[in-house]
Amino acid sequence: MAAIDEQEYTKSFDLTIWKRLLPILGRYKKIMVLMLLINSLTAVVDVIIPLFQQYAIRHFIEGKTLDGLPAYVFAYAAAILLEAAMVVGFARRAMHVEMYMGRDMRQDLFRHLQTLSLSFYNVTPVGYLITRVMNDTNRIAANMAWSLTDMAWSLLYILGAFGAMLVLNWRLALVVITVVPVIALLTVYFEPRILHWNRRVRKLNSKITGAFNEGIGGAKTSKTLVIEEQSIGSFRELTGSMRRSAVRASRLNAVYIPLTLFFSSMTVAIVLLQGGYLVVDQVLDIATLSVFVSYAMGIFEPIQALAANLAEFIALQASIERVTGLMDETPKITDTPEVIEKYGDCFDPKRENWEPIRGDIEFKDVTFRYPDGGDNVLEHFSLHIPAGTTVAIVGETGAGKSTLVNLACRFFEPTQGQILIDGQDYRERSQLWLHSSIGYVLQSPHLFSGTVRENIRYGRLDATDEEVEAAARAVSADTVVAKLEKGWDSDVGEGGDRLSTGEKQLISFARAVLADPRIFVLDEATSSIDTQTEQLIQQAIDHLLRDRTSFLIAHRLSTIRKADMILVVRDGKIVEQGTHETLLRAKGYYHDLYSKQFAEENAAKILGA
Amino acid sequence: METEIKLPRREKTGIILHYLGGNWSFFIAAIALAYLNTICNAVIPQIIRITVDGVLDMKELRLPALIQSLLPLEQLRADPLRALWLAAGGVALAAAVRGVCIYGMRVNLAKGSEGFVKKIRDDLYGHILRLSFDWHTSHATGDVIQRCTSDVEVIRTFVCNQLMEVLRTVFVVVLYVGIMLSMNWRLALVSIAFIPISLLASWVFYGKISSRFLEADQAEGALTTCAQENLTGVRVVRAFGRERYELDRFGEKNNHFSQLWVRLGKLLSIYWASGALITCAQVMAVIVAGTVECVNGGLSLGDFLAFVTYNSALAWPVRSLGRVLSDMSKAGVSMDRVGYILRAQEEQDDPGAQSTALSGDIVFDHVTFGYEGQEVLKDVSFTIPWGSTFAILGGTGSGKSTLVHLLDRLYDLKDGQGSITIGGVDIRNIKRETLRRQIGLVLQEPFLFSQTIKENIAVTRPDVPEDELRGCAGVACVDEAITELAEGYDTVVGERGVTLSGGQKQRVAIARMLLQNAPLMIFDDSLSAVDAETDAKIRAALKQRMADATVILISHRVTTLMQADKILVLDGGRVADVGSHAELISRPGIYKEIYDIQMSSDDRALIQERGNA
Repeated sequence: MAAIDEQEYTKSFDLTIWKRLLPILGRYKKIMVLMLLINSLTAVVDVIIPLFQQYAIRHFIEGKTLDGLPAYVFAYAAAILLEAAMVVGFARRAMHVEMYMGRDMRQDLFRHLQTLSLSFYNVTPVGYLITRVMNDTNRIAANMAWSLTDMAWSLLYILGAFGAMLVLNWRLALVVITVVPVIALLTVYFEPRILHWNRRVRKLNSKITGAFNEGIGGAKTSKTLVIEEQSIGSFRELTGSMRRSAVRASRLNAVYIPLTLFFSSMTVAIVLLQGGYLVVDQVLDIATLSVFVSYAMGIFEPIQALAANLAEFIALQASIERVTGLMDETPKITDTPEVIEKYGDCFDPKRENWEPIRGDIEFKDVTFRYPDGGDNVLEHFSLHIPAGTTVAIVGETGAGKSTLVNLACRFFEPTQGQILIDGQDYRERSQLWLHSSIGYVLQSPHLFSGTVRENIRYGRLDATDEEVEAAARAVSADTVVAKLEKGWDSDVGEGGDRLSTGEKQLISFARAVLADPRIFVLDEATSSIDTQTEQLIQQAIDHLLRDRTSFLIAHRLSTIRKADMILVVRDGKIVEQGTHETLLRAKGYYHDLYSKQFAEENAAKILGA
Repeated sequence: METEIKLPRREKTGIILHYLGGNWSFFIAAIALAYLNTICNAVIPQIIRITVDGVLDMKELRLPALIQSLLPLEQLRADPLRALWLAAGGVALAAAVRGVCIYGMRVNLAKGSEGFVKKIRDDLYGHILRLSFDWHTSHATGDVIQRCTSDVEVIRTFVCNQLMEVLRTVFVVVLYVGIMLSMNWRLALVSIAFIPISLLASWVFYGKISSRFLEADQAEGALTTCAQENLTGVRVVRAFGRERYELDRFGEKNNHFSQLWVRLGKLLSIYWASGALITCAQVMAVIVAGTVECVNGGLSLGDFLAFVTYNSALAWPVRSLGRVLSDMSKAGVSMDRVGYILRAQEEQDDPGAQSTALSGDIVFDHVTFGYEGQEVLKDVSFTIPWGSTFAILGGTGSGKSTLVHLLDRLYDLKDGQGSITIGGVDIRNIKRETLRRQIGLVLQEPFLFSQTIKENIAVTRPDVPEDELRGCAGVACVDEAITELAEGYDTVVGERGVTLSGGQKQRVAIARMLLQNAPLMIFDDSLSAVDAETDAKIRAALKQRMADATVILISHRVTTLMQADKILVLDGGRVADVGSHAELISRPGIYKEIYDIQMSSDDRALIQERGNA
């Protein structure tokens, strides 16, 4: 089972992790090579451009002539235009690589996530997945596009400038070279420290956002508890440590930047001194000296950039590990190749081969234990549920009422034994075949952003507007629609936030009705719904149960009473089984549960009223 | 509610000046050091110029007389090596001074900017917490948070980065242009001609492109939402077998987002290229024009080199200035949005409000109340005897929550809307803090803070002894559930309490309220998410522990309601009925109807049967 906590990621460089990128890099091989080529060429032009100045001084100014000036201007302008054209060419390709490579990785991850088992989702927070799908992929792609080209440019520019300097005057060039390690060392020393503090500042920043979140979201509660001043005090402490850390981070930068600047200026001073000697000795002309100064000043930024980019690029390993780690997660429940061959997978179903489903379910000598360990929760359990039966599962909160449903829906598979649907082991059919026939209404209904109509249509994508509306009417969801400003086309908000829980439930019922499943699962909520809405929901449930095999994880007495069969769960095990009446008459655990929950006399006794 | 307003310019300036207060010295120091840095930077080309012209090329120098008199030019020409040492030393010295300036500038700027933003944040946070309950109800949390974070960040960038940048760049431009003009005005004009081109190009471009950035950001937001909803709703997706549909939907948004950026990249690449083009052209123009001037004798080689340096140093800041100027226009909107919050009125007690211990019957006397013109309570009168248990029943929108919110002064009655008194004292004459400390109110949707469960429960009394804390949790029937968690009481509650079930959250909130030791306790439907059995257990434990407390219960559950001494039935904002359980079931009405729905006769018969057995 996936660990929820962030794992410790490999710190040292590990080639095997980077190799995992090869397939996706392969897809963009051509364009990446082109991108790097163009950018390398840009570096060459960037090295050449200062030479125009040298030429101007030497040829025109020192030579005191303007002969050949038009040709010179023409060549200079051509170089500039070439440079501009290459910037366009390279930037477009880099953007292409960044965006499309990111898109592909996101798509692959998203696709993979659709196949992972629900047991994985039970233990993995959504935020953890979103970070991988959105942030890590973006980071990898952006670095592959921009860091890589930046590094190539910096490296080539440095080499080119040194090459030019060596050709112009090798002794002076050596002077400049000596400063390179100093700058590199400075960067190597400061960069990780700056990164560390920046990360700290970012963390504090998200803490502050979190504090605003809490403060504003919890403002009403804070008022009732009269803890405003206390909360303001701790917020001030937080912003105080933010200020300290941010100033600290800036101070590091404030030392690093002038230091490198100082060293690069020192180089210029030395070049000036040494070069000046050479000029006085007539070994060097002023034109060449001026170009040297340009190179000496221009070379430090690329050196810093190279070091910083390299550090960032190496840090990318963690992102790659996070993404590939998720890709390596395997679904716990899979269809066999033969089944996929015949029925298709969840993305490309072969519906033409699907047998129609009646909804007859049989547990045959099923033993089950949750994959994360613990005891067997079912042992040699057998139960036949004929098509059309309503099964209620009752028990205290946390007693394990979902287990049977999880098994029947094949969200989990039996450890031993078989589950037959219409007399056939369900592992011989595809998961999608079964899931397409199950209507599932959850305790806390989940809606998607979009309109009411779109949400109901989720049950059957090809339903007409009339069918959508008919389904809504069948479960009184049209009463919700009537209250909304834009009716069917009202936006329900992110996750359906603009609707109340009761309203969301009615919409989710309509969605289930539209799907018209043979098997229906209702995980009933014990939420605060007023009595009128509750009655609407009861009617909706009646409508839904008709002619379907259904499982009710029930809390409401009225729902339980409707069941053909009641399974009583205690401490994860099924302890009793029967109808409402037989169970009550048996005066066992169900009777206790029932009377404790509902009997007025008992409640009065507890209260001593 | 209109939450987007436009502040007058004077008010905006006022806000900024207010928050700059106390940080002025940092900003002034930062600007002064920035200017000094620019001046030092301007000196270096002059050193090179003098060295080249005066020493290496042996030309006449065209310098101001003052500097001429300071330079021992003849001596230097006699000993060029010493001159070179001097020049190199000058460059090194200028570099050293620059280093110190840059350090000081950055540190001061950081201190000023962090102080500035801390002051805004602290103020906003405190202000928001002191705003009325009503204000919080009528404003979306997400929007307010965004104003406190993103908009504050925009304002900070405006003041601390953009404004500084403009001040700095303007100085650079003025200084360098001045120097260039003094050296050779014709050549200076060539360079100056590029300034408006460069400025305008980036300004116009960024002005145009910002809407596209917004569009791309929104596409990214939509993509994230799509992924988020798919993952949180994974059970729904699977249950309907919608994997393919979801994949296609995500793919479509994924594509759209990527394409927007690629298209944006096309524009950006042109902007970058045009920037490079303008900058390089500016350098080229000065080199070519300078060369012509040199050859014609209007300029010395040293002048030429200095010119080229100044010109290049000018090109980039001017270009970024255009971008900054276009970005700065966004700050106005953010100021409006933050100013809107700062303008709202905080809760304030009347000057004569007292702080007394609550005691005595609670009387609602002809209370009429509504929100935004919609009347919720209509002429409601009733009495809650001190020390009794009082229950309220009513449908959604019947005004039952409003009743208790009024009692806790989360809303205040205005003159002519009736009155609420406790022991004869109008609650408007009691300090809010005093009143609320003595009323334990569990809201319908209690909010748990992202702290440990222990910290959550002990929030009103952080140094409460362990056994008292656990005692309260015990009464709320949550002690066992908490100790079963791996981290027990030290479990950190996830955002909005996601790691706890709804019922557990409610019970933690009840424990938190119990620790307040308030003589008046209100449960606003706060046992809805626990099962009836636990509900009964909690109420029994409560009764035992605080027998003299006054308790107000709002519930839909008949088994809960029937335990109260008196039950108030609200219907559409009016009192439909008041009485004990026995009285209410003896006559037709809403209560009896609901009682009959919830307690069907078969069940009663069956239980009866058991009782007789």
